[in-house]
Amino acid sequence: MLQLNNIHKTFYPNTPDERRALNDVSQCLNPGDFVTIIGSNGAGKSTLLNMLAGTLYPDEGDVWIDGKNVTAMPEEKRAKFIGRVFQNPLMGTAPGMTIEENMMISLGRTKRRSIISGVTKKTRDRFREHLSTLEIGLEDRLNSKVGLLSGGERQALSLLMATFTEPKILLLDEHTAALDPSKESLIINLTKDLVEKHKLTTVMVTHQMEQAIELGNRLWMMDEGNVIFEADENKKKDLTVPDLLNEFEKVRGRRMANDRALLAK
Amino acid sequence: MVGALYGAVESGLIYAIMALGVYISFRILDFPDLTVDGSFVTGGAVSSVMIVNGTNPFIATLAGAFAGLLAGVLTGLLHTKGNINPLLAGILMMIALYSVNLRLMGQPNIPMLNETTLFTTLSSWWQSMNLDGLLLIPFEWFGIADYAPRTFYVIVSMIVIVYLVKKLLDFFLRTEAGITLRATGDNQSMVRSFSTNTNLYIVAGMGLSNALVGLSGALVVQFNGFADVNLGVGMIIIGLASVIIGEVLFGKDKIVRMTLAVILGSIVYRAIYSLALRVEFLEASDMKLITALIVASALVIPNWLDKTNAKRQFKKSKKAALKQKGAVQHASAK
Ligand SMILES: Nc1ncnc2c1ncn2[C@@H]1O[C@H](COP(=O)(O)OP(=O)(O)OP(=O)(O)O)[C@@H](O)[C@H]1O
Ligand SMILES: [Mg+2]
Repeated sequence: MLQLNNIHKTFYPNTPDERRALNDVSQCLNPGDFVTIIGSNGAGKSTLLNMLAGTLYPDEGDVWIDGKNVTAMPEEKRAKFIGRVFQNPLMGTAPGMTIEENMMISLGRTKRRSIISGVTKKTRDRFREHLSTLEIGLEDRLNSKVGLLSGGERQALSLLMATFTEPKILLLDEHTAALDPSKESLIINLTKDLVEKHKLTTVMVTHQMEQAIELGNRLWMMDEGNVIFEADENKKKDLTVPDLLNEFEKVRGRRMANDRALLAK
Repeated sequence: MVGALYGAVESGLIYAIMALGVYISFRILDFPDLTVDGSFVTGGAVSSVMIVNGTNPFIATLAGAFAGLLAGVLTGLLHTKGNINPLLAGILMMIALYSVNLRLMGQPNIPMLNETTLFTTLSSWWQSMNLDGLLLIPFEWFGIADYAPRTFYVIVSMIVIVYLVKKLLDFFLRTEAGITLRATGDNQSMVRSFSTNTNLYIVAGMGLSNALVGLSGALVVQFNGFADVNLGVGMIIIGLASVIIGEVLFGKDKIVRMTLAVILGSIVYRAIYSLALRVEFLEASDMKLITALIVASALVIPNWLDKTNAKRQFKKSKKAALKQKGAVQHASAK
């Protein structure tokens, strides 16, 4: 479903600011795989997701999605089959527009946008039905401005908008990091449900090791621009947080430099 | 006095179409577009030249709108394809259009007093139906016939035209494409992440905005009976003033309400304008200063209010904290 071949990415090459963000990453995912990615700050996790989404292009290497080489495909074309949720709840929705209008934007992913018809009764019912699965009452507030929603509600809406049109790939970049713990578990549960319901191939970055272990069927640990440890379905079953920390020390010869990951139990 | 107010409603309605264009660029697309000063004249120039050459005034008016559309599309392309910041892209187009407009007109001023314009055509239709007599009746009932306008045709036909423009705009802004256009101004990266070529929407939106500006320019020159290459100076600020006055006085969240508010804002602006002209020490040329002051204060005052509110809140919470501390100390002293 998803294949990365020898991806390299360096920011500001040949300058004193040179940052090697990805260094020869090769990975592949099968349809329906759900991989969680952990790693220290600056490990290249977000850069990797940006490569998949087409917000950044690799210096070397290529990206294949569903048997198609999409390396040079621009972001907006790729977005037809990629859903994304960002860390910042403000990024995934348009605050000045209503819930219904936001849903309409996400529906536009799959079809041409009409200049004749707006939100019809039929699509409105469809939106309501999907929104009700979030179980936070958004289905009764179709005409509320999204800017009035709380961070958790906005993130839940972003998640729904990214998934209900069933993209081939779902990219989640620390999409719970900006939420308080109760909202966080809400969003994590929704993520689980929605990914299962639509059988989405999912890539999720998280700083919470427990979350990374609990969710999905695969796990990658990244450091300095590469995947330094990976666990498949079998291995992941008995993985624990100390295991992960040990693995890191074993490979790197130092402790993982990530305050947030350590603090998170 | 009363006559001046009718005049204000008439020109308020004509300039309202321009204000709607400014609303699209400034508010919907969040694109401070200075093309307006140029494209307004371009619309007027194209239609006046065509009218002087004997073209049907309806077609000439639409051609003016189309010329504005082209100008807006170019500004949009300068910004999206050329990566030029919105303000600069607009300024470049505005300057370039000044030369283009002069070329189009061939002279700085085109008189149209004896030409068949949209308004002379409408006027003769109106006269042939003798509707003025009909509309005068209620004025006579109330014994205020002296306060009736000379003729109603400008107001009535402009209400019809502005109503049509508003309806079409309201309709479009609620279609899927219209929703996407609005969302592009609200959160562009989000719209792009849902597989939308936002550049296309920006270019189209700028085209639409300046088409309205061009249309308004075409109507204004026909209303005035002449086209002037300097007609557009400060037009963007007039449009902005109308939008802001409308928002403050009549604004609501809903699109239908917002477009109405902009139209009413334009009429109120013209009323202020004509009243200011009656103030003895003010001259017509001072109007630009007054307009700039209206816009500047409308932009500054809300920020200012927010800040003083925030300060007050801060002081309050500080006081409350001190009180609490005092209470705690008091309690522990006991
Ligand atoms: N747009 C950019 N321009 C320059 N450098 C960048 C850019 N994006 C990322 N980098 C650099 O590339 C490296 C990898 O960054 P990336 O954002 O992928 O890390 P990350 O693993 O997501 O980290 P975090 O956990 O802090 O989100 C970092 O050193 C970062 O400074
Ligand atoms: Mg990151």
